[in-house]
Amino acid sequence: MFKLIPRENVSPVLSLLGPLFSVGLTMIVGGILFYFLGVDPFAAIKMIFWDPLMSETFSTYSIPQIFIKGAPLILIALGLSVGFKANVWNIGAEGQYIMGAIFGASFALSFYPLESIVIFPAMILIGVIGGFLWSMIPAFLKVKFQVNEILVSLMLVYVAEQILALASLGFLRNPDGAGFPGSRNLNQYTSASNAEIIAGTGIHLGVLLSLLMVIFFYVLLFRHSLGFKIKLLGNSPKASGFSGDNPNKLIFLCLTLSGSLAGLAGIMEVAGPAGQINIDFNVGYGFTAIIVAFLGRLNPIGIFFAGIVMALTYVGGELTQFMLNLPAAAIQVFQGMLLFFLLSFDLFVHYKIKLKGNK
Amino acid sequence: MRQFLKYFSASCLFISMVITSSIAIAADYKVGFIYIGPPGDHGWNYQHDVGRKAVDEAFGDKVETVFQENVPESADAERVMTQMALSGADMIFATSFGYMEPVLNVAKKFPNVKFEHATGYMTADNVSTYSARFYEGRTVAGHIAGKMTKSNTIGYVASYPIPEVVRGINSAYLAAKKANPNVEFKVIWIFTWYDPAKEADAAKTLISQGADVILQHVDSSAIMTVAEEAGVYAFGQASDMSAFGPNAHLTAIINGWAPYYVKKVKQGMDGTWKGAEQTFDGIGAGMVIIGPLSDKIPDSVKKEAMEIRDGIASGTLHSFTGPINKQDGSPWLKAGETADMGTLLGMNFYVEGIEGDIPQ
Repeated sequence: MFKLIPRENVSPVLSLLGPLFSVGLTMIVGGILFYFLGVDPFAAIKMIFWDPLMSETFSTYSIPQIFIKGAPLILIALGLSVGFKANVWNIGAEGQYIMGAIFGASFALSFYPLESIVIFPAMILIGVIGGFLWSMIPAFLKVKFQVNEILVSLMLVYVAEQILALASLGFLRNPDGAGFPGSRNLNQYTSASNAEIIAGTGIHLGVLLSLLMVIFFYVLLFRHSLGFKIKLLGNSPKASGFSGDNPNKLIFLCLTLSGSLAGLAGIMEVAGPAGQINIDFNVGYGFTAIIVAFLGRLNPIGIFFAGIVMALTYVGGELTQFMLNLPAAAIQVFQGMLLFFLLSFDLFVHYKIKLKGNK
Repeated sequence: MRQFLKYFSASCLFISMVITSSIAIAADYKVGFIYIGPPGDHGWNYQHDVGRKAVDEAFGDKVETVFQENVPESADAERVMTQMALSGADMIFATSFGYMEPVLNVAKKFPNVKFEHATGYMTADNVSTYSARFYEGRTVAGHIAGKMTKSNTIGYVASYPIPEVVRGINSAYLAAKKANPNVEFKVIWIFTWYDPAKEADAAKTLISQGADVILQHVDSSAIMTVAEEAGVYAFGQASDMSAFGPNAHLTAIINGWAPYYVKKVKQGMDGTWKGAEQTFDGIGAGMVIIGPLSDKIPDSVKKEAMEIRDGIASGTLHSFTGPINKQDGSPWLKAGETADMGTLLGMNFYVEGIEGDIPQ
């Protein structure tokens, strides 16, 4: 019945308006949903987007919290965006995030209770390596055997979750923890603690690094020839080959970047806000970061804002839950709508729809 | 355009002011609850929510209760509790073990807010803990299971290998073994409190291994549904689940938080609440309730079960009474000796006769 025809001239303005459009439409459709759940839609939308930033009661606490919640999302999304540009689909950042945390925490805790200033930087490095190694599995299988990296990276998330359970119950379990699962608290181990850098806010090194990485990736993608090569690989693998680039090298590069950054996010989180390795350590940042990457148009600056908006829906969403009795699932639907509307908007920006006869 | 923006932002501000003023809160005392899953699970969270509603009922307009569901046991819990405290909560009930460190961190920042943490072991000046002796209920359930099994195989779906769960397995096993010396336990660990699909899978596996009675220490009613379909017996966990398996449901071990919550909120309001207290109540205090017994249970077994229940309630009977050996055969309790609090709270070993290992 319908046929999609690619548009010859894709309007860059429209393409940039997509995220704004999807946020707006999410507010409207989400508001209708909230209304049918018996919650005042205006109060709910205001509480999600306005109160965490502006309310006298909450904002001093929640503004830094938005950055803390956004930091892992931004870090992971930055890494993923490079791969997505090059058509390398790492869906398993969640697993790389977990492995980063386990590697780093295992390293640091193996020195407990020795105090040394070397432990913290080394721990971060090991964490990055943990995420990197985990992403090298799909990279290697793709290059060597042409195995689909989407499947491999996704399945490795579940493997990582099992290793996480193993670590919490076994080799990292706190010997002073009265038999309960979970490692020692890294926040109580001075040498390994990713402590707050601005007193009283909870802002930690990971937040700072997420901001620095935004700049780094901006330079990498727009001011360096590597960015061009990555785009070329994504748009036309053949042309990429003709220009003398080795596509396999770029595949490794993309997965190295996304794995390492997910690992970095993992070690920052476990040594900071989370504090310890535990069975429920991962809460889906690796998956949410995919939404953030697309919401940010795979552009580092865009990803920064998308990460902040996403974090805002978390922090504000929690407020609406206990202040207005909105169910948690309603907030998840709300977040899901963001990506859904963005992708559908993109479809209309890139394609024309034609009615076809029934011949 | 500039003009438009000016009007637009002014009207936004006006609307938000109207909204803010319309949701002013009047109650004197605000109590927050955080749940690990949805209160609609008909299990653990459901019963905590029953307790919350009892608080609503008991104090009417004087107390406002708020709750948040699906709070992960991570940094998110800390943020949720902080926001609750900022919103003016006077008392917060954190109803899952994994909230322990977050509770202590938030309690430090809000010395005037009172915290009640379920099933943990760390307290502070404004943090008390509470837990129920669910193992007492499992002694009753274990006895019924031992009497009802025909295949002599009892399945047990366990969540996480923490002392509370291990205690339950041991207690149910000892009672079942006493009721029926040929009984054998098969335990499956699923590493989650709430995942209906995983719970159902574990139950199906146990049934295919010959289990005809299933005990559970996970939150959903999925196991009851599976048991009903397969024609085997099961026990309600945390709340009465007979609606999900009218034929399968033998009885339920019900968590009775309501009296405790009402008592603690009252203490909070009149200033007699104390921190650093550890409550560990059982059948006697009404924190563990044995639900109605199914007609499928023969009268003689019903009578024995009630005797066990009443014996535990009055203190003449203890779930862990020696002689009991540990799984490796080493002696734990001498004849007539009962388990001490410390060992129970940190229990990380199986008693003799249970096969398999606790995941390490």
